[in-house]
Amino acid sequence: MTNHWVDIKNADLVLIMGGNAAEAHICGFKWVQEAKHVRRAKLVVVDPRFTRSAAVADFYAPIRAGTDIAFLAGVINYLLENDKLQHEYVNAYTNAAFLIDPDYGFEDGLFTGYNAEKRSYDKATWRYQMGEDGFAKVDPTLQDPNCVFQLMKKHFARYDADAVSNITGTPKDAFLKVCEMIAECSAPDRVMTILYALGWTQHSVGSQNIRTMAMIQLLLGNMGMPGGGINALRGHANVQGVTDMCPFTANLPGYLSAPTERDATAEAYVAARTTKPLRPGQMNFYGNFPKWWVSLMKTWYGDAATAENGWAYDWLPKPDGSYDVLAMFERMHQGRMNGFFCQGFNPLASVAHKGKVSAALAKLKYLVVMDPLATDTSEFWKNYGEYNDVDPRQIQTEVFRLPAELFAEHEGSFTNSGRVIQWHWKAADGPGETRGDLEIIAQLYTRLRDLYAKEGGALPDPVLNLTWPYRQPTRPSADEVAREVSGRALRDLTDAAGNVVVKAGDQLAGFAQLRDDGSTASGNWIYCGSYSQAGNLTARRDNSDPSGLGQTLNWGFAWPANRRIIYNRASCDPSGKPWDPKRALLRWTGTAWGGNDVPDMRPNAAPEEGVGPFIMNAEGVARLFAPGMIEGPFPEHYEPFETPLARNPLHPDKPEVTSNPAARVYKGDMELFGKADEFPYVATTYRLAEHFHFWTKTSVINAVLQPEHFVEISEELAAEKGIGKGDVVKVRSNRGEIKAVAVVTKRIPVLQVDGRKVHTVGIPLHYGFKGETKPGYITNTLTPFVGDANSQTPEYKAFLVDIEKA
Amino acid sequence: MALQSLDIARRSATTTEAPQVRHTEEVAKLIDVSACIGCKACQAACMEWNDIRPEVGHNVGIYDNPQDLDDKTWTLMRFTEVEEHGKLEWLIRKDGCMHCADPGCLKACPSPGAIIQYANGIVDFHQENCIGCGYCVTGCPFNVPRISKTDSKAYKCSLCSDRVAVGQAPACAKACPTGAIKFGAKEDMVHYAEDRIVDLKERGYRNAGLYDPQGVGGTHVMYVLHHADRPSLYAGLPDNPQISPMVSLWKGIAKPLAMVALGATALGSLFHYVMKGPNEVSKELEDEMDKEAALEKEDAK
Amino acid sequence: MHVSRRGFFKVCAAGMTGSSLATMGFAPTAVLAEVRQYKLAHATETRSICPYCSVSCGTLVYSMGDKSRNAKARIFHIEGDPDNPVNRGSLCPKGAGLLDMVHSPLRLTHPEVREPGSNQWKRISWDEAFDRIARHMKADRDANFVDKNDAGLTVNRWTTTGFLASSAASNEPSYLSIKVMRALGVVAIDTQARI
Repeated sequence: MTNHWVDIKNADLVLIMGGNAAEAHICGFKWVQEAKHVRRAKLVVVDPRFTRSAAVADFYAPIRAGTDIAFLAGVINYLLENDKLQHEYVNAYTNAAFLIDPDYGFEDGLFTGYNAEKRSYDKATWRYQMGEDGFAKVDPTLQDPNCVFQLMKKHFARYDADAVSNITGTPKDAFLKVCEMIAECSAPDRVMTILYALGWTQHSVGSQNIRTMAMIQLLLGNMGMPGGGINALRGHANVQGVTDMCPFTANLPGYLSAPTERDATAEAYVAARTTKPLRPGQMNFYGNFPKWWVSLMKTWYGDAATAENGWAYDWLPKPDGSYDVLAMFERMHQGRMNGFFCQGFNPLASVAHKGKVSAALAKLKYLVVMDPLATDTSEFWKNYGEYNDVDPRQIQTEVFRLPAELFAEHEGSFTNSGRVIQWHWKAADGPGETRGDLEIIAQLYTRLRDLYAKEGGALPDPVLNLTWPYRQPTRPSADEVAREVSGRALRDLTDAAGNVVVKAGDQLAGFAQLRDDGSTASGNWIYCGSYSQAGNLTARRDNSDPSGLGQTLNWGFAWPANRRIIYNRASCDPSGKPWDPKRALLRWTGTAWGGNDVPDMRPNAAPEEGVGPFIMNAEGVARLFAPGMIEGPFPEHYEPFETPLARNPLHPDKPEVTSNPAARVYKGDMELFGKADEFPYVATTYRLAEHFHFWTKTSVINAVLQPEHFVEISEELAAEKGIGKGDVVKVRSNRGEIKAVAVVTKRIPVLQVDGRKVHTVGIPLHYGFKGETKPGYITNTLTPFVGDANSQTPEYKAFLVDIEKA
Repeated sequence: MALQSLDIARRSATTTEAPQVRHTEEVAKLIDVSACIGCKACQAACMEWNDIRPEVGHNVGIYDNPQDLDDKTWTLMRFTEVEEHGKLEWLIRKDGCMHCADPGCLKACPSPGAIIQYANGIVDFHQENCIGCGYCVTGCPFNVPRISKTDSKAYKCSLCSDRVAVGQAPACAKACPTGAIKFGAKEDMVHYAEDRIVDLKERGYRNAGLYDPQGVGGTHVMYVLHHADRPSLYAGLPDNPQISPMVSLWKGIAKPLAMVALGATALGSLFHYVMKGPNEVSKELEDEMDKEAALEKEDAK
Repeated sequence: MHVSRRGFFKVCAAGMTGSSLATMGFAPTAVLAEVRQYKLAHATETRSICPYCSVSCGTLVYSMGDKSRNAKARIFHIEGDPDNPVNRGSLCPKGAGLLDMVHSPLRLTHPEVREPGSNQWKRISWDEAFDRIARHMKADRDANFVDKNDAGLTVNRWTTTGFLASSAASNEPSYLSIKVMRALGVVAIDTQARI
């Protein structure tokens, strides 16, 4: 979230799309209710189903699963056509005025530079025109045909209300009603927030779904505003924190881009990631990359990381390709992996195409499951009849199951979706012999380290030299690790005049103190300052809220720098006055930025200096045109890989652009995409209010509340297929089938799309063969093994099935 | 002898006057149906706080789970899909005891002290005094009390009298993530409801209103309804709940008559109760009544 | 007012048996009106965070015992933390049911191994578990570690063992896991966050 949970109460319009906050983030949804009841805000829900969020909405518009870009692109077109923009914001804070390479183009669903064989783009033309001064060229009048604003207008002109309705199935009047409500928020004193979740990410065009919305928020001037922003409602309690720590092949903690085979030396690696400003006077915060990275390497390798050895650069592994979860299971399926750890992760249930995942796990030599609960994955080898029909004798994987502690059985910190890090304390021991995750990892590491010390083996150096300063090496405390993550001075730090500003060994106050000379250590630069000399700031519990905006700056610690709303400089006009004085977050006092948040700006940057509010971008402004995206700098509607239409209505004669032309599809999976003639119904998977993922099926209370797997269909489809309420039905995709109880409801709309009727089958995901709930099939038996082109998040939200009475 | 945590207004089947000198604030739970998403947090919190776990049931094609109130399900979300002016509405009502000011259950209850009405408005069942006769079920205009198959005693929502007694909100109200359940002084709840009704009217619900039915003297669980003109839209919420005429009749006219005829019947019943226990008495009476009912049906034809 | 014969009979019967009993002094016990004891009065309260979704609601975890040496703390109730600015005391049906996950019959309580081809779990000690896993890791790493790629560039990667990180672990174990996995050269690292 760019903003945070409580801030939702400051919105005038709440759009819930690509998510279902009332069902999946219920306690956060209370702030939607607060906005409605106190501010008299309106709530709009756009969803393939009439959800619990829709139940309390002022307006609900149905949409076909997987067509959000078409809908949102239509909104952009509406705003442009009707001149409902916050012009001053767009001009000053976005790259609308930037000039693009004249060779850039878009035709028949493809941007320039497409390579059909590689299913990827050469992005050479997706770039700014550069001036001789080394900065990007701009046209503040927005008239140049190659400026972003003009290119954008042209690109989105195709998305008129009729085209949108034809693709999405949203009735035209409903679409226009939503447009009108959104357009009202182009006024500087009206703000919309958007709450989305996996309903946008879990598509082969997931990242572009979100980007399209970000563009709308920029055109309306809502980024950086209290009550505004673009708010990803994340999944698990600490999914934000874990993401920040970056257990990803491509990133080191704090989202530092990890080295690849293209980065031959430490210098080349650092240089490629240290950006230069694209416009004069910009903060260009990524220019600080060396400070963050060197501080990380000093944290991990201490004295063994020196300037001479490139801060132990060689010890960082350089991957030979992708290792996202789909890629990993593909490799495993090919027999290219031997060992696998599942730490609180149940991939058999939560990864797409259960059949493939199960077959892949069976090819491992060893599998280690660390979990508080008996997961389905830990028993993938066990026969549970129709629900998990395998033969244990044929499966040679050695499986270890290690009992871990739950949240209340150890201390540590969680980072919520609003980036607020909060400490939690231990209430009791776990049952039996359970142990904490810290100890489990430490035990494995120290035993391996001892083996390497004694026996040698492949490259022991990084294993032997890893810093391990914990007082009990096999039981590091959360407090020790939290200090390490935040960071400290390794030597006395002095200012330009030679005065000591931080003493050696002291905790750092924030990332501004990090240096690239090896004198500082921080395990995660964005968490720097969360544990300062003042103590563990994540444990702070002062909930006072003097601004009334819900900022509670002394509760826990928000990264970065305890800032609660990022891009908050954009809540003020270029002269430094709040766009909406009644909702003032910051203002320029004449000498500094101050107010009700930690400024996302150099504190003394006077408005006249023209420092842009989007400090992480070398441009200083936000990108309406974003060349970083894999499948195009502007969003384009592509059908899901399993589409009921068999063509892209925007490009009916171009089969190569039916679905995302730059999405990665593995051999064997492409063939497993179902076709509409055999699988005529659009399926979408989701969570229910009563359950959390695959955990609460182990909890009696939640099993009572929603005891058995079901699917939801419309009354019309039920009548057509002779299915009655409560009947057991069989749902089949091209990858497998499940059985579940039918819930026949008015809440599943039947849509008219591209001249035909489209039915939706809704499939909750929470069931499996291990649990207190009734035994059930795993929903991901059905889902396709293809991910978003940018993030590789699987397309769980739109695929094809058939359904019949079992 | 246990201490009395809350002042008592009335006890079942007892004629001793309740103390009346101290003033006690009336409390109420306000359920804003227009703000409810049917997440069932209230059900979860109720089970957890009160240490009750119903059987894990089945999905029968609807979201309601369990499907009905029972001895271990004291509150339940009831889901209704209606189309109003071409617009789909998913009406979700939290069902459970309404804590009537004039409680039919208490009036009907024959067992002394099995049902207590506290001065703050809470109507509480005291299972140690319950004989399991089921007359509270008959007496309730909202069909709330349930007789347990485990111990043959009547159970229902206590409005978390144990929490309220120490100054806390009921578990369901505290948990409610959307603020659809509020708890406080009844007066404050009525004021809050007024604001909600203004908001709903502004949003086009012309018939929004407060459900605090006077037929039972008002309730200590109230609803804000978008369609207060048609309470029965909400999974059969009674439009005009009244104490069962049978109970009223009994309390008003039949009781004195019955007192006169006390000798034979009562001693007979008591003997039966002592020797065989309450269930069998009820069973025999029920059988007899069922025969009567069958005859009535015949008459009607 | 319509009263059927059946209803009238039922009412009379109820009234007579019940009221008459009381009138004649045959009440089973003295008439008590005690509410249930407030069960948290002597519990230990610990502040924690709900482990389910990313709202990360504050919770108050109540356990039996006062943390004295001989009293084994056991969690028996969890409710929302009213001080937490986000949930302000509320919990959703998942959070309100947390107690049943803490005490789920599906909680794991001791290390186990399922041997290749076996149809059952075998209980093992932590020591055995750690030693066997460390042996597997070392054997796989030593056999498959790639120090240089075909172009001669130092890559120091171990591609044949993968690690899926929890999105429910606290920040500290998450960080420590990554620190260790990177040091070992593991490149197959991903998390629930992606999906």
